[in-house]
Amino acid sequence: MIELQDLHKRFGPVEALAGLNLQVPRGTLYGLLGPNGAGKTTALRILCTLLAPDAGSVRVAGLDALAQPRAVRELLGYVAQEVAIDKILTGRELLELQGALYHLPASRLQARLSELSALLGMDDWIDRRCGTYSGGMRRRLDLASGLLHDPALLVLDEPTVGLDIESRAAIWQVLRRLRDQGTTVLLSSHYLEEVDALADRLAIIEGGRVIAEGSPTGLKSALGGDRVTLRVREFSDEAEAARVRQVLQSCPGIQQMVVNRAQGHSLNLVVENEAVIEPLRRQLAAADLPVFSLSQSRPSLDDVYLQATGRTLMDAELAVAGSRDPKAERKQAMR
Amino acid sequence: MTSAPTLTAPQPAAPSAERSAMADLSQETLALTKRLFLQLARRPSTLVAGVLQPLIWLVLFGALFAKAPEGLLPGGMSYGRFLGAGVIVFTAFSAALNAGLPVMFDREFGFLNRLLVAPLRSRSSIVIASVLYITSLSLVQSIAIMGTAALLGYGWPGAYGLVLVLVTLLLLVFAVTGLSLGLAFALPGHIELIAVIFVVNLPLLFASTALAPISFMPTWLGWLAALNPLTFAIEPIRAAYAGHLSLTEVVLEAPYGDLTGAQCLLVLALLAVGLFLLIRPLLDRKLS
Repeated sequence: MIELQDLHKRFGPVEALAGLNLQVPRGTLYGLLGPNGAGKTTALRILCTLLAPDAGSVRVAGLDALAQPRAVRELLGYVAQEVAIDKILTGRELLELQGALYHLPASRLQARLSELSALLGMDDWIDRRCGTYSGGMRRRLDLASGLLHDPALLVLDEPTVGLDIESRAAIWQVLRRLRDQGTTVLLSSHYLEEVDALADRLAIIEGGRVIAEGSPTGLKSALGGDRVTLRVREFSDEAEAARVRQVLQSCPGIQQMVVNRAQGHSLNLVVENEAVIEPLRRQLAAADLPVFSLSQSRPSLDDVYLQATGRTLMDAELAVAGSRDPKAERKQAMR
Repeated sequence: MTSAPTLTAPQPAAPSAERSAMADLSQETLALTKRLFLQLARRPSTLVAGVLQPLIWLVLFGALFAKAPEGLLPGGMSYGRFLGAGVIVFTAFSAALNAGLPVMFDREFGFLNRLLVAPLRSRSSIVIASVLYITSLSLVQSIAIMGTAALLGYGWPGAYGLVLVLVTLLLLVFAVTGLSLGLAFALPGHIELIAVIFVVNLPLLFASTALAPISFMPTWLGWLAALNPLTFAIEPIRAAYAGHLSLTEVVLEAPYGDLTGAQCLLVLALLAVGLFLLIRPLLDRKLS
C-alpha cells in the first residue's frame, strides 16, 4: 500500500530524514516507533503530500504521490498531531466542511456523519462548538474527519498523545476495527505499549531512517533470552550494586548485566533461560545478600529498541527533550 | 438533484470520477465561504467595528468643518457631503485590507494544512472563498455607511449612481484584497500582517482626497494623493454623489493632468488585475 524509498529531507542544519525506506502491506495496522525528533512526522507529512522530499520516491497504492498528489489525497485520511480545528464551528459543521472538501454528495455525507458520530461516541457533543471540546473530544473529531470519506489508508500522527485512558481505548478499538475491515492504518507513536498492543508490524525509526522492522512478536523473539530485574533492596547504592554484580559474575547462563541507575541501582540481566534463576538465588544467599524483588519476563519492545539503538526509548526521549525548538518546527509546518 | 438514468451503474469506489470539475469546485468554494460567514455571524465584532469606525469619522469629521466659510470647497459643496465619498471608500478599503487575516490565522494554526491535505479540485477555491467573503462584507459595510450618510443629510447617489458607486468599490476591493492575501502568504505571522495593515491604513487615507481636495495640499502631497489608489475610487464616487453621472466627465484634476471617471475606473481595474498577477506565483508556491 505504501512504499517510501530512500527519502531525504533537510530543514536547514537538521537532517530530518536520512534515506528512509518503508513498505506497508495493504490491510495492516502498521506502527512507526521512535523518539520525538526521529523523523516520524516528517515522513508522514511527505506521505500525505504536505511536504516534498529533497530526494526519494513516495508511492501509495501504486500511485506516485509526487506526480499525482490529488489522486493520493483522495485515497488517504490524515489525522495530524496538532489538531487544527476551527473553534467557532461546531463539530458537525467542521465535518460538513471536510465532507465538501472531499466532494461527498450531501446524502452520503449525512449518512457518514451519523455513522461516525455513533462509532466515536460523539452524539452528545457534536453540535457544540469545537472551542469547548476536551483533548479527547478533539482527537475523536479529528479521527472522524480523517475517516469521513472512507479512505483506503488512514495515517495518524501520534493519535493518543496526552489523551485520557478512555479516549485512548476508544481510539484503539476503532483502529483495530478499521484494520479488520480492510483499511490500511499507519500510525506513529513514541509509546511502546501502544505499538506493541496495536500494530501488526512496526518499524523503529531513529535519526531519520528505519533501523529495525518486523512484527512485534517477531522482533522480540529474535532477541532471544529472558529479562530479569533484580533488586536486593528497594533502593541500593552504587557500591552495593557493584557488589551484587561481582557476586553474580561467576553465575553461569547470565549473558548481560547492566546497573540501572534510574531505578534504584537495580540490575537488569539477560539470561539464557529460566533454569538460571535457581543458581542465581543460591549464589545471592551464599553471599548473604537479600532479595527485595526478582522479576523475570520475555523481551519487550523496549528491549528491541535498546538492542537496535543502544539506549532505551526513554533515554532517547530525554536526550532530545531540551534540544528541540517547537517554534521553529511550527514554522516548518506553516505554508 | 436527480439525474437521468445512465447505462452503467455508478461506481461507488470512485465517487468523484462521475462528477464534473465545476461541481467539485463550486462545492468546495461554497463550503469554504460558508465557514467564513459562520465565523462572522458568531463573531460579529469585525462587522460592527468595520461600520463603527467610519461612522465615527463621518459624524465627528463631518461636524469639524460644519461652520467653514461657504464656497471653501470646489463646487460650493458642504464638508459633510465632500467627506461622504471619502469615508465610503475608506470603509471598503479597510475591510478589504483585512482580507488576509483569516488566511494568516489558518496558516498559523495549521488549518490550512487540513485544507491542503484534501483533494481540492483547485486550490484557488481557498482564494476565491476569501475574495467572495471579503467582497460581500465590505460592500455591506459600505452600504451601511452610505445609508447613514444619507440620514445625516449628506446625499444619496440615486439608482444609476449607486451602480457606479458599487462598481468602483468592487474594483478597489479586488485590488486591496489581492494585496492583503499576498501579504498573508508572504509575511511570517499575524503580528507582522497587523502591523502592515496598521501602518498602511491611515496614511493612505490622509494622503488621498478623502478629507481635502488636492487644491488644499502642498505640491508634494498633491502628487501623492493623485497617485493614491484611494483617490481613483473617491473621485468617481464623489462625482456620482454630486449628480455627475457621465463617465467621460473629468473627476480628478491631478498635477499630471485631468482624469475622467472612466480613466479612474480603468486604473483601478488595471491595479486589481496587476496585483492578482503579481501575487499569483506566490500563491502557487504556497498552495502547491
